[in-house]
Amino acid sequence: MILTGAEIVCESLLQEGVEIVFGLPGGAVLPFYGALAKYPALRHILVRHEQAAAMAADGYARATGKVGVCSATSGPGATNLVTGIACAMMDSIPLVAITGQVPRPAIGTDAFQEIDVTGITLPITKHNYLVMNVEDIAPAIKEAFHIARTGRPGPVLVDIPKDVLQVERTEFIWPDSVNLPGYNPPGEAPEEQIAKAAELINQAERPVILAGHGVLISHAHREMRELAEKAQVPVVTTLLGISSLPTDHYLNLGMAGMHGLAHASLAIDKADLLISLGMRFDDRVTGRLRDFAPNAKVVHVDIDPSELDKNVKADGPVAGDLKQVLNQLLPKIEPNVHIEWLRYTDKLRADHPSTQIRDTQELLPQYVLTELSKATRGEALIVTGVGQHQMWAAQYCDFQEPNTLITSGGLGTMGFEVPAALGAKLGRPDKTVWSVAGDGGFQMTMCDLATAVENKVDIKFAILNNGRLGMVHQLQDLSYNEEHFATVYSGNPDFVKLAAAYGITGIRVTEKEKVAEAIQQAMETPGPVIVDFMIRETENVYPWIPAGESVNEILEETAQQTGPGEKGS
Amino acid sequence: MSSNHQHHTLVALVEDKPGVLTRIASMFRRRGFNIASLAVGKSEQPGLSRMTFVVEGDEHTVNQVTKQLDKLIDVIRVSDITDEKIVARELALIKVNANSSNRGEVIQIVQLFRANIVDVGAQSVVIEITGEEDKINALHALLEPFGIIEMLRTGLVAMVRGQANGRTSDSVGLNAYGQVSNGFGAGHMAAPEASPKPETSAKSET
Repeated sequence: MILTGAEIVCESLLQEGVEIVFGLPGGAVLPFYGALAKYPALRHILVRHEQAAAMAADGYARATGKVGVCSATSGPGATNLVTGIACAMMDSIPLVAITGQVPRPAIGTDAFQEIDVTGITLPITKHNYLVMNVEDIAPAIKEAFHIARTGRPGPVLVDIPKDVLQVERTEFIWPDSVNLPGYNPPGEAPEEQIAKAAELINQAERPVILAGHGVLISHAHREMRELAEKAQVPVVTTLLGISSLPTDHYLNLGMAGMHGLAHASLAIDKADLLISLGMRFDDRVTGRLRDFAPNAKVVHVDIDPSELDKNVKADGPVAGDLKQVLNQLLPKIEPNVHIEWLRYTDKLRADHPSTQIRDTQELLPQYVLTELSKATRGEALIVTGVGQHQMWAAQYCDFQEPNTLITSGGLGTMGFEVPAALGAKLGRPDKTVWSVAGDGGFQMTMCDLATAVENKVDIKFAILNNGRLGMVHQLQDLSYNEEHFATVYSGNPDFVKLAAAYGITGIRVTEKEKVAEAIQQAMETPGPVIVDFMIRETENVYPWIPAGESVNEILEETAQQTGPGEKGS
Repeated sequence: MSSNHQHHTLVALVEDKPGVLTRIASMFRRRGFNIASLAVGKSEQPGLSRMTFVVEGDEHTVNQVTKQLDKLIDVIRVSDITDEKIVARELALIKVNANSSNRGEVIQIVQLFRANIVDVGAQSVVIEITGEEDKINALHALLEPFGIIEMLRTGLVAMVRGQANGRTSDSVGLNAYGQVSNGFGAGHMAAPEASPKPETSAKSET
């Protein structure tokens, strides 16, 4: 079958099982769009801004575990993908981005909309390709998907010049295998590493499992739970590890770190062993490294060997795929009860009630999220942006199933909440999807509300509206003497009217009593709905371990905790 | 983490493709690693190049450099051969002031070092020298009083010697995932002694 380059791209995507491509066309990528029109099995979702294409593909990938695909034209189209690609890189999300490039003779001439996108994305992709011959398209796409989804997943960009897409033709041959001699991600770990890890775990008196995103990526949540229950080990999670164990599981201590629950961070502080599974000791988890887990030895399992010993030295490093590693490890783990240690962590939990909501008539974001979680029984997909609302969602929402919190961790990408929710709902149409947004982030990407409306994507938006860049505002409270420069939005739009402009339902909530009702109404209304919660404006997130400090400097909420001037203990 | 900075010699087998050098250089720059020298050329296998890096840093840094290099898709294998028995050579071209009055003296020095004069002009000569870094440094020091006009050094190239145990040519033959990268190999990258407390990198502030 002799096909054009563009047709070969489409055939290759079908071979990879792609169902949806998020994108926005332009001159250089137009031949691909010409071909897409002839491939109805590849559903194209036309976005309003390419950033949304990358983030929607990211949300789709997080919700489904499949590779997300986005496409854009050369130049500004490609550069608009960059933030979304970087976000996927930081959080190990499988993504393939296909970009059009100016025709080969124009490359290097600063042609119209020419940009070196493989150069730009070099440090923010797992790998990338500039495909200069039509015969190389199918192998490049096969490799791109293989690299994106295997090992530690990540984004791969494939840049194809317009003439390679349009003018060149060749036989379509789908390769049987990939030829990547320099790419051999580990599977099972060496026996001596397993033995050492098992020995450390069996000897530990105060062990804590630190569960990261890798638990979910590797589909190892059952194995992790088995390990936790067999040896009675409490589980602390990172932000991206949150839904790896049901929130209400008796061993789940919740998220640790900068805005983690105090008892979770304190458990790490007192532990004699960290069993760190698929996490990378990000500074938001560790705080000041020299004071992190001062009493603990470390077993560290990661599929990426460069994470071992990078930030924290491991006594029992294990390089391997977490699910396989846990299956190797489990038979070697002796059942244990750790009665005293669990009694101690229970006491920590009782002494440090991080998620208690103070009794007030004011509309508190914590209350809103608790109600939202109740209404969805912890079964919804919660997609968030970045900032205070994200931390409150992490603290106050329940997550009963794996992969139900979709949030930008490593890059901290504001604006993620709108497009990622779009991708998540399209990937999991069976799930209720709530986009928990801040008014700041929402306005970064709200142009793609139109995409949700056009494609009848049923997303419920909960804007926690405090009229400011709340997290930055909060930092200014502590570190800049409450000088709130450039963090207050005095001219926000009326989000209810905005909803009307898009032809969807908008609900404003200003009173505590109306929260449950509004959530119910939103869920009973078909199609996208915006609920604008006018929350207490100066509410801050606690607990709070300020950047660069340790759990010893943790600020916990007091009963009267509020904003400026009345900071927590 | 100890702060003693030492030179480590790494060799890598890499794909001979456009952009490979950029990927490697970009990784070094982005992660703040220092390259003292870098030499690259064809290997014995078609389509593959062999690179020699001299990297500055302590054990922790060099361990990270090795793993980060290995993580690049186009890097097939990488190995720290600092503590192996190796042959290491560098080539330098040195243009030095030499006229009829002192040319004889320069020639004497060149002969002592078994170097070659590859060009003679009225006011200068160009010297070619091959050897280990120290030898080149020594010649450079002796020539300096004459006035060095230009110098160019290729950077070190290195190879593991053929060994008594029959191992002949595996400068980069170690499995970097299982051994070099994780510090579990029996060889040169063995893990430092276990410490009771997690060691930290120099970075502690956000």
